[in-house]
Amino acid sequence: MTETNNTPKRVGVPIWVQIVIWVSLVGLLALMGFGLQRARNPMAELDQPVPDFNLVFYEGYEYNNTAEMKLSDFQGKIVVINIWASWCKPCEQEAPELEQAWQSYKDAGEVVFIGVDYVDTPAGANEYLTKFNITFPNAPDLKSVISSTLNRQMGVPETYLIDREGVLRQVKIGPFSSVEEIDAFINIAR
Amino acid sequence: MLAEFGYGVLVVTFLVTIYSVIAAYYGARTKSTKLVESARRAMLLTFPLISVSAATLIYLLVNNHYEVSFVYEVTSRSMPTYLKITAWWGGQSGSLVFWAFLLSGFTSAVTLRKWDRDIEFLPWVIVVCGITVTFFLGLVVFYENPFTRFWQVAGGVEPSMFAPIAGAQLFTPADGRGLNPLLRHPGMVIHPPMLYLGFVSFVIPYAFAIAALITGRTDDRWIRLTRRWTLWAWLFLSFGLVLGGRWAYDVLGWGGYWGWDPVEIAAFMPWLTGTAFLHSVMIQEKRGLLKHWNMILVILTYSLVIFGTFLTRSGVLSSVHAFAESAIGPLFFIFIGVSFVAAIALLIWRWPELRGETEMKSMLSREALFLLNNLLFMGILVICFWGVIFPLISELFTGQKVTVGPPFYERATAPLFSALLFLMAIAPLSAWGHSTIQTLGRSMWKSAIAAAVVTVILFITFTQNIGALVGFTIVAFAIFITLQEFWRGARARQKTQGEGFFTALARLTSRNRRRYGGYIIHISMALMAIGILGIEIFQSETQGTLAQGEALDIAGYTVEYRELASWDNAGEGVNYTRAVVDVFKDGIYLGELNPRIDYYAEAQQNMTIPGNRSTLRDDLYVLLVDWQPVSSMGATFKIYVNPLVNWLWIGSLLFLVGILVAAWPDKDPENEPVRVTRSSRQTSAAD
Amino acid sequence: MKKTLLIFTFVFMLAALFTGTALAQDSTPPTDNEVNAIAKQLYCPVCESTPLDVCPTEACKDWREQIRTMLAEGKTEDEILQHFVDQYGDRVMAEPPAKGFNWIIYLLPPIIILIGAIILFRSLKEWTTPKVVAAGSSVENEAGEASTPKDEYLSKFEEELKKRK
Repeated sequence: MTETNNTPKRVGVPIWVQIVIWVSLVGLLALMGFGLQRARNPMAELDQPVPDFNLVFYEGYEYNNTAEMKLSDFQGKIVVINIWASWCKPCEQEAPELEQAWQSYKDAGEVVFIGVDYVDTPAGANEYLTKFNITFPNAPDLKSVISSTLNRQMGVPETYLIDREGVLRQVKIGPFSSVEEIDAFINIAR
Repeated sequence: MLAEFGYGVLVVTFLVTIYSVIAAYYGARTKSTKLVESARRAMLLTFPLISVSAATLIYLLVNNHYEVSFVYEVTSRSMPTYLKITAWWGGQSGSLVFWAFLLSGFTSAVTLRKWDRDIEFLPWVIVVCGITVTFFLGLVVFYENPFTRFWQVAGGVEPSMFAPIAGAQLFTPADGRGLNPLLRHPGMVIHPPMLYLGFVSFVIPYAFAIAALITGRTDDRWIRLTRRWTLWAWLFLSFGLVLGGRWAYDVLGWGGYWGWDPVEIAAFMPWLTGTAFLHSVMIQEKRGLLKHWNMILVILTYSLVIFGTFLTRSGVLSSVHAFAESAIGPLFFIFIGVSFVAAIALLIWRWPELRGETEMKSMLSREALFLLNNLLFMGILVICFWGVIFPLISELFTGQKVTVGPPFYERATAPLFSALLFLMAIAPLSAWGHSTIQTLGRSMWKSAIAAAVVTVILFITFTQNIGALVGFTIVAFAIFITLQEFWRGARARQKTQGEGFFTALARLTSRNRRRYGGYIIHISMALMAIGILGIEIFQSETQGTLAQGEALDIAGYTVEYRELASWDNAGEGVNYTRAVVDVFKDGIYLGELNPRIDYYAEAQQNMTIPGNRSTLRDDLYVLLVDWQPVSSMGATFKIYVNPLVNWLWIGSLLFLVGILVAAWPDKDPENEPVRVTRSSRQTSAAD
Repeated sequence: MKKTLLIFTFVFMLAALFTGTALAQDSTPPTDNEVNAIAKQLYCPVCESTPLDVCPTEACKDWREQIRTMLAEGKTEDEILQHFVDQYGDRVMAEPPAKGFNWIIYLLPPIIILIGAIILFRSLKEWTTPKVVAAGSSVENEAGEASTPKDEYLSKFEEELKKRK
């Protein structure tokens, strides 16, 4: 974008300008390519290990009275991560079923449910958890790290199934409609 | 049946445009007039073809053919017919057809002109336009087919163009989902087509610029041929932007007209380069300078159009306007990649042949000021561009999502915009080739004094805010100088021609339409600046929950809550909640306002429609935020007072007048004097 | 010209500084206006590009309630903003915080504009180096004209009109 070469001697575009132009073009295209790729792959990669992240549980919703844990602490267990929010209407549809399903799994200790509360306020979360008598561990999605680690893009609710080796096995977008559906969902990792 | 027909016509059009591009290319390479003529005719055929296909689509839309998935998505039985028609551009695939339709319309129009003097441009113009039409048609034919229908298959319903399995039956839903309620506003009905018209019509100057680069005929001819196109393109784009602002003000319910949303910026960026081009092109016409730069600006403008469309439709940026996940992203990506590379390569190749002819004589000459104007426009462009793509960069390098919102843009662009206004004021006084501080000073001192008087009056009566005072001073200065230009021109005619003042004014304007149209646009810009300064600096707001009979006070107004009613309109699937508030100012009753919330059950979407009382002084803009159940009848209102904002809309109307004056076709637009030669240049400064 | 620009820049920067003043705290329950004054500066990730004070979604209503609660607890504006940043990340702020990598967004545009200005002024200088100093004076007017002879713009203009007759 220069008007520098106005003297008759140097007529062409100086080579360094050409280099700058092409490099910025390639950079721009690479950036767009990245954005496009991100936009088109809304889900975390199936059958790949899930990168680790921290969970800081809500008070009263800890796992075995531990306030802060990592996903990797759950190696050897099947983890069901349910992303929800108190402002999300479809989440309310599945909340009772999730709690019911949790009741049938919690004693065996083989399957862990973890609720991850997306873009929510503590007050709203508390109201929601009380309203649906939720008892499984719940943590806020601080700085949206968890949802972006899991590449959550679509909306809430979304549920992720992670097997004993920490590999993502299945993703459910939208609410579950029955306990049977939740059972079937979990059975894939068993 | 009809859907197959519409799709078939699209496919045929697609093939015809491919043929046209290939024929034009070989015609140009082999210098075969016959081939080029054949390409031209093929191109002329595309417009009626697409029109037939579009008419089919509209027929399906209007007649509730919900087995077609596009019709299902954007219309419903409760929508009035005009909305069903405009739903054409209310969804991704339909709007792509709309693009292709406009593109081929413009291409046909340009191929119909007399080409005798410029026959070497013709094939390349066809190639460039043709490739663009082909691309959009390709998107529609292969990825976003608006004629896709629902089929009943074993596992449920599947969308597909043709029966997915032999013997599958069509599935027709009882009703459609209906157009997004936000898009049902009259402003939204014309805003997208205006914007698209603006976007699309920039393809013509672009095609000519590329043709000039390819043929090596890099004199001013391409600019003369496309000047008027550029003005019209600019008209549509500007008008589209203004309508978008008005729509936001009336419908989005946040008391503003412009939110620095990425999609808005994507439409604003080509406007910036287009405006810069309209100015700098005059330097090339008058002085033979800046050939490189004009080429770059035209190419940049169209590239930004394509780039903006890509950004907003591929899901690369998430934004309120963004079309959801879409299959067209990758193809679009390849298209912009190839077109950017080709344009840059061509420019670098022809660079040596584009050198300017003359030298400049003064740093204060009009061309120097125009260059400064270009620099400012480019500065604003850089800020906008960088702000839009920075969140992506941040996410790529740090994994951290960030928001780049209005404060960033406002702080960064405000000085540039005020400098532009100032330039706009003084540039018309400078002469081509030479000006000095003395000549400039002589012609502006009266206006400067008048502006200073205005400032003092404002300071005493209206505001002590420094930013606002500086802004208003520049605005007043610009208006006075421009009016003075009209007055001087008319006086001169009056004396030499013996005409009455108004006759002289009218004749003056009609004889130098581009110049005086431009001045009208300048005045309108200054008026718009008044509105923008008013709302940006002096907007006041308050919010409160009222029981019936209670009132909120703001900026001298008293807004008293009288009553509230809520009812269903089953036919339209909308629930209306409408409040009645009484407005008083200094104890005097001014009337009632009706802010309301429309709830669209189907889309589960609320629309907050303000009650707005608009005067030249200010707008009282009342929003119904929330209300309590029937028992208490309490309601929460948010009230804005937006001083002077009406001048923004008045300015935009004047703006329209200005562009029409400047762009209205002459009897013979080709027959304009060629650029003045060196000897006569001195005397032609007034053109 | 450049100086004027500088002054404008300065004035507008000053004006920008004055706009973000904080609200005073007191013991009465926080009003909607106090809540909105803070909400205005925040962007909820659920509705991108819409400031919190005007966003109609449920999530944003909850956020506004959160601000109200915190105001009632006597938290300052900065504490509240910081709370939201800690909870939801930098994206809730209207602008990226000026630190670390984010500096690019604030530095790059001025640098590019500056480079553009340098290129422009150098080119202008190159073009204006006088080859032949053409006399600035235009063709003189005929005596009978009533216009001031000093007004060369007007005289040129009349020239033009004559040519076009």
